[in-house]
Amino acid sequence: MERTGALLGQFRDLDQQRDTVALGMWVFLLTEIMFFGGMFLTYTIYRLKFPHAFAEGSRELDVVKGGWNTAVLIASSFTMALAVRAAQMRKRKLLCILLASTMILGGVFLGVKYFEYAQKFEHHLVPGPDFHMSAPDAAQVQIFFSLYFAMTGMHALHMIIGEGMLLALLIYSWRGKYTGGYFAPVENGGLYWHFVDIVWIFLFPLLYLVDLHR
Amino acid sequence: MSESKQHVIPFKTYALILAALLALTLITYHVALVDLGPWNIVVAIVIACTKAVLVVLFFMHAAYAPRRTRLVILAGVFWLLLLLGLTLADYLTRPPATDSISSNNAPAAYVR
Repeated sequence: MERTGALLGQFRDLDQQRDTVALGMWVFLLTEIMFFGGMFLTYTIYRLKFPHAFAEGSRELDVVKGGWNTAVLIASSFTMALAVRAAQMRKRKLLCILLASTMILGGVFLGVKYFEYAQKFEHHLVPGPDFHMSAPDAAQVQIFFSLYFAMTGMHALHMIIGEGMLLALLIYSWRGKYTGGYFAPVENGGLYWHFVDIVWIFLFPLLYLVDLHR
Repeated sequence: MSESKQHVIPFKTYALILAALLALTLITYHVALVDLGPWNIVVAIVIACTKAVLVVLFFMHAAYAPRRTRLVILAGVFWLLLLLGLTLADYLTRPPATDSISSNNAPAAYVR
């Protein structure tokens, strides 16, 4: 089916079609909110139970790398938002450059995350038989690190999926598929990418920052 | 072909949101260094929520979306608050004595 600006039969006009496509994406994102919400809830309950151990675990994290990554991810959301704008304005080259920029910034984030994880392995902070910490409540600190890896790991997995999605969008954009008036996949890809950004916006203060002053 | 009345947000708006998000990230870091007692977590969450709202409204175009879409977004937030609020209403009101996973009386077997 020709999908460059084509209006599908069940819609009144292109605006209604676009609104409906975005609404569908939002419904998917609600399921994602609940998915991450469960992990945030688990984190909150254990933090209330073991505030001291969570502060100890939190201080082991590299706040400079975390803060740097927050800025990188926000910048990638910015380039993604501009990519959707380029598609709206039917600028093919600009769209491709912005999608590629978003991919590179996402790659930088994942690269920094890799070094952070490697550091945790080196310092024996990965939950399991290799976990070692001399603190008296080391068992509870292990719970913190279980949640740290579960939450940042699921977030990183979403980023990796996002990178694959961006690559597909880039290939189709290069062929001019999204600059003829139809760009719903770019718009929905943007919604997904921004959602992943928002998850990190909450992960960063909760995991890295809240116990920094102690 | 019917030209749509889609809303193209000016570049300046996106740039302002980017600047605001980066500024809030700096602020949340510096506030975290100051001991505000129980208010540290409150400030951190308020700033994070502000950033999330900016992303949703402008980067995700919710400010320009139809009411129906905005209602769906609010429904998601409402459901998340139910999940967090009702569960915490339980955990925060439990008397310490009946609490089986309190840090003070953790079973010895779980302490390495």
